[in-house]
Amino acid sequence: MSEPRQLCTMRVGPYLFGVDVSRIQEVIGHQPTTLVPLAPSVVGGLMNLRGQILTAVDLRSRFNLPGRAASEDGEPAESTNVVVQTSSGPVSLLVDAIGEVLEVDERQRESTPSTVDENTRRLVTSVYKFDGALLLELDVDRAVYLTEHVLQHLVGAR
Amino acid sequence: MDELLTEFLIESFENLDQLDQDLVALEHDPNDLEVLKSIFRTIHTVKGTCGFLGLSILESVAHVGENLLSLLRDGVMQVDRPIADALMALTDAVRSILVNIEATQHEGTETYADLIVTLELLVIRAESGEAQSVDEAVSPVAAEPAMPEVLAVPFIPVPFIPVPEYEASPVGMRVGELLVEQGVVSQVDVAIGLIKQEAGDPRRIGEILTEAGNVTAEAVHAAVESQQVGKASAADATLRVDVAVLDKLMTLVGELVLARNQLLQVATVSEAADPLLYTTTQRLNTITSELQNGVMKTRMQPIGTVWSKFPRVARDVAAACGKQVRVDMDGKDTELDKTIIEAIKDPLTHVIRNSIDHGIESPEVRAERGKPVEGVVLLRASHEGGQVVIEIIDDGGGIDVGRVKAKAIEKGLIDVATAATMSERDATNLVFLPGFSTAEAVSNISGRGVGMDVVKTNIERIGGTIDLHSEMGVGSTLRIRIPLTLAIVPALIITCAGEKFAIPQVSLVELVGLNTTALAQSIEDINGAAVYRLRGRLLPLLDLRSELGFEASQRETATIVVLKTDDREFGLVVDTVNDTEEIVVKPLSAQIEAIRVFSGCTIMGDGRVALILDVAGVASRGSVSFEEDAVASDGDALLSLDIRRDRYIVSEVAFGRRVAISLLAVDRLEEIPSASIEHAQGREVVQYRGEILSLADLGTLTGAGSCDRGETVPVVVCTIGSQRVGVIVQRIVDIVSERFDFESGGEHGSRGVLGSAVVQGVVTDVVDIVAALGIPDGNPTSTSAEMEASYV
Repeated sequence: MSEPRQLCTMRVGPYLFGVDVSRIQEVIGHQPTTLVPLAPSVVGGLMNLRGQILTAVDLRSRFNLPGRAASEDGEPAESTNVVVQTSSGPVSLLVDAIGEVLEVDERQRESTPSTVDENTRRLVTSVYKFDGALLLELDVDRAVYLTEHVLQHLVGAR
Repeated sequence: MDELLTEFLIESFENLDQLDQDLVALEHDPNDLEVLKSIFRTIHTVKGTCGFLGLSILESVAHVGENLLSLLRDGVMQVDRPIADALMALTDAVRSILVNIEATQHEGTETYADLIVTLELLVIRAESGEAQSVDEAVSPVAAEPAMPEVLAVPFIPVPFIPVPEYEASPVGMRVGELLVEQGVVSQVDVAIGLIKQEAGDPRRIGEILTEAGNVTAEAVHAAVESQQVGKASAADATLRVDVAVLDKLMTLVGELVLARNQLLQVATVSEAADPLLYTTTQRLNTITSELQNGVMKTRMQPIGTVWSKFPRVARDVAAACGKQVRVDMDGKDTELDKTIIEAIKDPLTHVIRNSIDHGIESPEVRAERGKPVEGVVLLRASHEGGQVVIEIIDDGGGIDVGRVKAKAIEKGLIDVATAATMSERDATNLVFLPGFSTAEAVSNISGRGVGMDVVKTNIERIGGTIDLHSEMGVGSTLRIRIPLTLAIVPALIITCAGEKFAIPQVSLVELVGLNTTALAQSIEDINGAAVYRLRGRLLPLLDLRSELGFEASQRETATIVVLKTDDREFGLVVDTVNDTEEIVVKPLSAQIEAIRVFSGCTIMGDGRVALILDVAGVASRGSVSFEEDAVASDGDALLSLDIRRDRYIVSEVAFGRRVAISLLAVDRLEEIPSASIEHAQGREVVQYRGEILSLADLGTLTGAGSCDRGETVPVVVCTIGSQRVGVIVQRIVDIVSERFDFESGGEHGSRGVLGSAVVQGVVTDVVDIVAALGIPDGNPTSTSAEMEASYV
């Protein structure tokens, strides 16, 4: 377990998330997306990645953060797509900005404190301590599993 | 897995399917030598190859089978039930060994000793000339050690039977056989030649025969040639291709189609600027279409590949329920995409089991009813307008609508009132409801109450529809419509709230452009549900904007897309209709599958992703509950009967008086120009759909005074018995759902007025229109029953 791992970091609102580099397929800038009517806001839309259709999952919405603030010209700030491999195929995570790749090891690791709200605790596997920042490792498969979310939303909309 | 072994498995599985079919055919005509030869060849090939691959169990099973078959082929004995059963058991054994090999690369531990003994016993009996007594023997199949004395018999080596072991070619016949068939040489001569070969004569059979003077060298030469032609054509004309390769090709063609669509857009825009680009693109367009067709064709398989196993299924089911059934096929060569073939395999099997178990009567009953003892299940397939129609027709007892209704009521699927007014067709289709099963006793074949609803779901999943017609005592017909392919479908592209959506053209009926200035008037409202009068029919409407949760802001344009699902129609109001396009269907991701309003997505010409609407999903979300707001598909009836029972059309006549007429009598609502009203025999008439429709003023009839007439007059067209009457009103107010209880024949009222009630806050006369019109053959006291009769 002492083997150092590499996490690709990304910023979403005030948080810094990390995803194992082996799970990352590619990082691309803002893409035109097609909105999915009736879907909850966590579904950021559908995008065409070289002929493959990907679902974008908005991590801000996933962590119940407010939407991206509008920039000075009134346009909403653009998000970055991080395409990750998940058990249900590639999915694009919408994040505010992509960060560097950090090496982490066991000594920095701590399990998510129990005071953290349940939603976040479910989606974050562990916390790595860095000087001046905490890196939350994201459980990618759980983060993109939205079926319950969608169903709840549909029931609520009725 | 070993390539040789894989090849062997593929080939053997194919042969086994053929074998099942052959065996059933053989049972019907035990003297069909061609079929016997084909069976023999199959088993012979299996045996030959597995010896080579070192599959000893399979070899021993195939070996005794081959011995028995060769006796049958030589006419030493005839095929009867025990032999047929033994051969079927042989096929099953071979199949299960092959399945084992496929899964584990080993034959498994089962040695099939009982089966081998059974087969040997049959061979011995034939050898000892007891063939005629085989009928009396109890079927010794199925691993039943019922005959200890047989099991005690030591292994008797099967005596030499002239099984020609020469160059075994799975295709075509051997030279000797060909020559015998052509009649140039006798079977005995060939046998002698073969024995010589067996004895070590190295010469070929043709040479032996020629030398013995039995046949001319030319004849042998011709026979050899024709044999080789057969071999070559079968081997060279087809090629096995891995399905994964075809799937990959299909995906690539899909991408190519998308790229072409994109290029077409660009080229069309810049046609004037660059004519060369335009013509080249057009050429590319044609080639792409051809390529697409070609690749699709490679994935097409005749439906016969699925059907081939049905005679065997039918035989087993029929045997289990003591019935005699024959399966006939029509349109075996109808081709379908492989994925669809796979998808319909199980539903079809279930339907056939059902037809035999529930549909076909026992031989005694059939004889009583004057039908041939053997029941027939006819499978029919054909292409029809870009779709495939598959029919499963049986000549059994048909569906007892009364029993179906009773069962549905008992299971709480419908209530008594609904059942009473249900049309025969609707009642028959109750069998598709989940949890429905009419079988009195649960048999191990069908009748577990999971079945027809699963069949229906499976068919609908691939964009198909299913419909059941039945006639008591004559039989039932199940009609399945399915698309040819799922991968690339023609679709209508529409825009709603700035987003593009695709609607598969399969469900599209027509488009109705709406006049935007009169938008509010043309869409009417019944208790919150929007309807549109389409050629006199009420079409339930859904607004795509509100269904998809967009804001229902003011539209500049609107079109009604009339869609059909489940044989019912509804209108979807969209902003604009863009175009029709061939779209490549891509599956939805797991994240949004649960929304159920979309069936997939696609990439448009501009590279954007568009969602494909699931018509059935939209309908059920918008609660176009078809039990409630049914629009009969024949286009003549306004609403289905059970709905009409307690529904009244409220209209205004002179002086603001309101009159309600039961919808039972109402056929259509029309708006006719006043100028078109003519007079005949002292009555007002109008020419209506090629006939003369007499008109009556409801105001005058109810004593309110005649209605004021504008440029056009609203007319409620009623059908009473065989007569049609147009009832003129001043204004149609609404359709209401009420249940009025009146003393029959109000004391003070005018003729036909049943009584008065407060409807929507206004006092309204409820009129029995039949009595009010004074139509002689309409007996006012039994009008509803009579009208029902005229509608059903």
